[in-house]
Amino acid sequence: MRRFVEHHTVWAIAILLASVMFLWMVFAVWPEWLVSAIGRKKTFVGTFLNGVTLGGLYFLVASGFTLVFGLMRNVNLAHGSMYLLGGYIGYEVAEASGSWFLALVVAFVAVALVGILLQVLVFRRMEGDDLRQTLVTIGISIVAADLMLAFWGGNTYQFQPPDWLYGTIQLPIVSVIKSDGSAVFIKYPLYRFTVLGVAVAVGIALWLFLNRTKIGMMIRAGVNDRDMLAASGVNVQLIFALVFAIGAGLAGFAGVIGGSALSISPGEDIRYLLASLVVVIVGGLGSISGAAIGALIIGLAEQFGLAYFPTYGVVLTFLIMVVVLAVRPQGIMGGR
Amino acid sequence: MDSDHLSAESFIFKNLNPAIYIVVAFLLVYPLFASNYFIFQIAAYSLILGTIALSLMMLAGYGGMVSLAQLSAAGLAGYLMAILGQNSSDVMGLGWPWWLAVIVAILSAALFSTLVGAIAVRTEGIYTIMITLAIAVAFFYFARQNYVLFNGFTGYAGILPPTLFGINWRDPIPFYYLSLFVASGFFGAVLYSSRSTFGLSLQAIRDNPRRMRALGYNTSMHRIAAFFFSGVIAGTAGVLLVWFNTRISPGSIGVDVVIDILVIAVVGGMRHPIGPFLGALAFVLLQNFAIDLIDRERFNTVIGTVFLLVVLFSPDGILGIWQALIRKLKLARQGNHSQSRQSVTGSSDATSTDSTQA
Repeated sequence: MRRFVEHHTVWAIAILLASVMFLWMVFAVWPEWLVSAIGRKKTFVGTFLNGVTLGGLYFLVASGFTLVFGLMRNVNLAHGSMYLLGGYIGYEVAEASGSWFLALVVAFVAVALVGILLQVLVFRRMEGDDLRQTLVTIGISIVAADLMLAFWGGNTYQFQPPDWLYGTIQLPIVSVIKSDGSAVFIKYPLYRFTVLGVAVAVGIALWLFLNRTKIGMMIRAGVNDRDMLAASGVNVQLIFALVFAIGAGLAGFAGVIGGSALSISPGEDIRYLLASLVVVIVGGLGSISGAAIGALIIGLAEQFGLAYFPTYGVVLTFLIMVVVLAVRPQGIMGGR
Repeated sequence: MDSDHLSAESFIFKNLNPAIYIVVAFLLVYPLFASNYFIFQIAAYSLILGTIALSLMMLAGYGGMVSLAQLSAAGLAGYLMAILGQNSSDVMGLGWPWWLAVIVAILSAALFSTLVGAIAVRTEGIYTIMITLAIAVAFFYFARQNYVLFNGFTGYAGILPPTLFGINWRDPIPFYYLSLFVASGFFGAVLYSSRSTFGLSLQAIRDNPRRMRALGYNTSMHRIAAFFFSGVIAGTAGVLLVWFNTRISPGSIGVDVVIDILVIAVVGGMRHPIGPFLGALAFVLLQNFAIDLIDRERFNTVIGTVFLLVVLFSPDGILGIWQALIRKLKLARQGNHSQSRQSVTGSSDATSTDSTQA
């Protein structure tokens, strides 16, 4: 942070001014011209919050994807299938036990086990052959999507999170002042904030795990030089299996979180695969902080695109990807 | 490997295997004895899918760039046929003459592919597959969301080939010959250009980009040019495909179809332009007749499993299996007088080794 300010003072000032401007816009009542320019404040703030919380969900999915790539150079294109599988398993557990939290835990563990199986049975056999690994993950995603369709059908499933997570909360943001002088406050669903909170918690936990534990140290060493790590006596295969388990488990976990915020149905796997791809391309493949930044950008872009120019919403996401690739091919936080 | 065998002409004209004459003759007389279903639904469809997969094979096999956006280029050409030409959906349909629409559609597909290439060559290897997949998926969502240009979820129907010289080109036999003409033309072009200076430099860039850069080659431009040519192939096949189906919708360019094209190219084999056509034939036969063996709904499981087995056990696809068989036969009757032919297969092996490795 401090180094950034020292090195890019102009940028730092610009960002500071922009955020002050933004806060003023959010907390003050909007003048008329702003309403005509970017719509009512309720729409704007709602879209912004939707974007941030969607970014949180994308971070949950993409962090596993990028973690696995960072260490193993394995682009797991079956990551979306793991999201969907986690959602379905979580739904079954929640239906059977009635506990949403149990669903979260089981989805994480079950999909993590699937990840370990894949790593041990498939990817270990073709280490170093990036393209073949990627093709295999495509094959797995085709079969997995079809089998899940066979088992769970084309229905849409909706979770029932605990009641105290549902409902709306009132934000300390005034949208309009009524003629009698009373202010109307903006309301927002609580569950969406929960998604954001979980994403932040997972992000911090991942950071602590990677930077403050011994295993995390080994993982970081493996990212830099896998062979040297193996040569210094670490059982690399165990580390690989562990990282794959965490990455896959996070996808399954996100399946329940995302399935409660939105819903679970066939085709969601592709949607979250696309989200993960774009997020890591923008943020930088292999970097957790890059995934966070990328997820925030893509989540915001998607929601603002949907709200302000519905039929061209996807183009905005795509343009961001192109611009990042043109200016910084390795992604915002990617180093090479 | 003497230089004589590397020049394009000698390769095309001198060393024709008698088997090739048989295949050509068979393809030409095929409509005489096959039923309309087999001419149209099987043969013509395989040729079209094979051509799209050929455009992928050319990029992946010779350029080492696995692009999943080839079907999107083909789909764009198909959509443009509906938008510029005529359709029965009461949206767009500018009514341009068919030949102009075809030219613009193919060129736009080529331009699209070039742009994809320009983005993809910014990075290398495994990134290409990710970026092109992201582009393909984004194009699918865009076509589905956009009602002004792409007519959203429903897409377009009633896109027909012209009636020319008194022939309805959508009748099975004319359409078969049209597809055969296009497919064999591009097949020959890819085969020829793989031995041209451009093709050889592309393969060299695939094998060692740094060395080629040091030798003064503009590696990015070579790769982007390859994307342009493959866009022409994909776009032409896309026009044929939309005439074949007479309709196009976001489903025609969805991720499952994008991956089908990859499956076709990989299952067929990416080391020789014949691979995609073998893969397409196998795919179409499976698609049409696997339903007799298993539930139609589970077709994706079958094709996915076949794909997985090929990737796991025979990375060169059907072509790899075939070559292994040939090699065994050759070993069995070693010492024959086929020295010259062996040197040719030797050189073609050498230039195409590691073709699937990015």
